[in-house]
Amino acid sequence: MSVVVEGKNIKRDYHVGGGMFRGARTVHAVKGVSFSVEQGKTLAIVGESGCGKSTLARIITLIDPATSGDLLIDGHKVDIAKDGLSKEMRRKVQIVFQNPYGSLNPRQKIGDILGEPLIINTDKPAEERRDLAHAMLKKVGLGPEHYNRYPHMFSGGQRQRIAIARALMLNPRLLVLDEPVSALDLSVQAQVLNLLADLQDEFELTYVFISHDLSVVRYIADDVMVMYFGEAVEYGPRDEVFSNPQHSYTKTLFAATPRADVASIKARLAKKAA
Amino acid sequence: MPLLDIKNLTVSFDTSTGPFLAVKGIDLSVEPREVLAIVGESGSGKSVSMLAVMGLLPSSATVTADRMSFDGIDLLGLDAAERRKIVGKDISMIFQEPIASLNPCFTVGFQIEEVLRFHMGMDRAQRRARAIELLTLVGIPEPAERLSSYPHQMSGGQCQRVMIAIAIACNPKLLIADEPTTALDVTIQKQILDLLVRLQAEYGMGLIMITHNMGVVAETADRVIVQYKGTKMEEADVLSLFESPKSNYTRALLSALPDNATGDRLPTVSDMMFEPAPGA
Repeated sequence: MSVVVEGKNIKRDYHVGGGMFRGARTVHAVKGVSFSVEQGKTLAIVGESGCGKSTLARIITLIDPATSGDLLIDGHKVDIAKDGLSKEMRRKVQIVFQNPYGSLNPRQKIGDILGEPLIINTDKPAEERRDLAHAMLKKVGLGPEHYNRYPHMFSGGQRQRIAIARALMLNPRLLVLDEPVSALDLSVQAQVLNLLADLQDEFELTYVFISHDLSVVRYIADDVMVMYFGEAVEYGPRDEVFSNPQHSYTKTLFAATPRADVASIKARLAKKAA
Repeated sequence: MPLLDIKNLTVSFDTSTGPFLAVKGIDLSVEPREVLAIVGESGSGKSVSMLAVMGLLPSSATVTADRMSFDGIDLLGLDAAERRKIVGKDISMIFQEPIASLNPCFTVGFQIEEVLRFHMGMDRAQRRARAIELLTLVGIPEPAERLSSYPHQMSGGQCQRVMIAIAIACNPKLLIADEPTTALDVTIQKQILDLLVRLQAEYGMGLIMITHNMGVVAETADRVIVQYKGTKMEEADVLSLFESPKSNYTRALLSALPDNATGDRLPTVSDMMFEPAPGA
């Protein structure tokens, strides 16, 4: 299996400008993280807000450059700070954002939303763009009748399907999913997770899945990375991380996750009665 | 006698396409010292029914009920001024977005003391002492210094603690928590849930937890009501709900938990809603 994305010691610093009475500071958002993901696999990145997981997602998606370290996509070193971003790279890497209410332009019809990546990155004629958009709508479980509607006419789950469809329009190799289901209800979350699993099988997609929900991660991931204050404190195959967490933060995280099984409810009620 | 007793509650909203029924005849009661969880997806009417109890719905809403009484007082017969004496004192509520529910223009100390001034009529020194006591109670370090902080200077978890401090300031008999941890990280969620359950036990409050998270239900509730599209699907104590759910909808919700995944696919609600229950 070929490695689709690889990071070597990626660092990202933000310089916070000083004011009249305060000197400038440097925030180390990501402090040297390494990883690699094979084709068709899912790497889940877990951590609390402020741990640098979204910064890392932006670096992998080629939105922000890394301060230092190497990012390799399909074995090619990419440095957008120096060389800019080629259309080919944009085709290969796409992202789905957390909030489907904020990530779709309310004044664009669904058809235009899906056609836009093709206009920017390819020179396909209008008719072909429309056919591709119709095909993609069908793939994500929507129909041709949705082509001319506006985003506000859809529910949260449907919007997230549209966002996924838009990300897939360019046949990417790598899809970065930044908390794709945390804004959704439980039953809709299940539908979207199923859709992601189906699409991964069909297109041999590689996922980098950012989440803070461990039960979702356990369901979807092959490898898990736990981040804490910009560092990867735990990185390994899913079963290993879940059965034998090494770092104390990972253990805290597991202990904090609410358990919904009968045995733990019984234990809680017994403790309360005592 | 139940603390809160509601029979046949209906809430409808006037819309351009005619009235929309958000809550369709729900019965609900909470005993003193009980933790009731109301579970449902968005649009199930779980928040709307509690906002109706608080009297916080917009004027486009029509609330009807056969009975809506709190601690022996008929809430339906109260005018706005009388209701304001109860709401915020004997019944109080905390909301989903802690940062949005605090006023960004005032210090947290001012916002805690406002409740004490309005409902308890305390003087300045008493209010300050009580505010410090409350912040200590909800676990905010250096409470005396933090009184002069503004909400933007605190984290989401700390803002939620301040909201809880405001809600319990007048020793309420009933606390309604509307998705109190949805906007927070898991580790902070755990702390806030532990805090709510501890305060509930210490002060003997009734607590209503509105949530869509089955994990939160399992960790906090005594009794559970499951709502779907404005109707009650099931009511049971927490153990029997998880052990032997009666309605198809509850079963569907439980099996949609990624924890319970068997095989490659998660069952979705639409897969299960229209199948007969096993053994039915």
